[in-house]
Amino acid sequence: MTVTAAFFYLFATITIASGFMVIASRNPVQSVLFLILAFVNAAGLFLMMGAEFLAMILVIVYVGAVAVLFLFVVMMLDVDFAALRQGFLQYLPIGGVIGVIFLLELILVVGAYSIDPGLVRSPAVPIPSPAVMTNTEALGQVLYTRYFYFFQAAGLILLVAMIGAIVLTLRERVGVRRQDISKQNARTQETAVEVRKVPFRQGI
Amino acid sequence: MVIGLGHYLTVAAVLFTLGVFGIFINRKNVIVILMSIELILLAVNINMVAFSTHLNDIVGQIFAMLILTVAAAEAAIGLAILVVFFRNRGSIAVEDVNRLRG
Repeated sequence: MTVTAAFFYLFATITIASGFMVIASRNPVQSVLFLILAFVNAAGLFLMMGAEFLAMILVIVYVGAVAVLFLFVVMMLDVDFAALRQGFLQYLPIGGVIGVIFLLELILVVGAYSIDPGLVRSPAVPIPSPAVMTNTEALGQVLYTRYFYFFQAAGLILLVAMIGAIVLTLRERVGVRRQDISKQNARTQETAVEVRKVPFRQGI
Repeated sequence: MVIGLGHYLTVAAVLFTLGVFGIFINRKNVIVILMSIELILLAVNINMVAFSTHLNDIVGQIFAMLILTVAAAEAAIGLAILVVFFRNRGSIAVEDVNRLRG
């Protein structure tokens, strides 16, 4: 049990510390790298809670896709990030006050909260014991049957996001020659070839 | 000592607060604001999974997957808008976003 506690405190401390560095770091590239560290350690927390599939999804989707997307954008945009940090100290007091109030309220809620024991006894879909089936299998058996429309809605969200991102960033550049197949097929001998009578000893 | 629901909820609360705090102190940098939103969504995910484990109910993990999907979609759209905005204005400062003000 002490090993569990040690790992929990390790993961929790690194998650919170790197979460702090995300917002406090001077360089946005470092912010993204600390974001990756926070996600990996949160995946460790997920593993400790028994959600193995979500932990792996967190590593693959967040670290592998979202954080790398952030890294690409940060490095692609040529922005003077030092200028963007003007006013950092100006907003620090109001942000700090609101943050502390928020944290105190959340901790008060967590501390004063107690769960109806009846809820624990009657879950909607109980988690099977790891000896019976793995976490991934259990999730799949619920997701593809009972929450199938939910699953499709998630796919639709991703589709809309993909189309939106492509439509937003696609631009027509002028001066770029592209192949136009219908135009090529519409060419006839009359439009493509010009027959000229060349005057004798003069050239065109 | 036993690591229970309260420990995970406290971690999530601290992470959520850091996200909100980050939005306040990085008022000018849209990229860091987007990263703060990712932190907030991560905190919500930790809450979901913690309650799922505590209540022995796998539906919480299903919902955490939807939050993950929405977070990925939001990051993609947000960064696409950011790239388009940078292309048009040459800046990503939040106070330059005023073209719709009229």
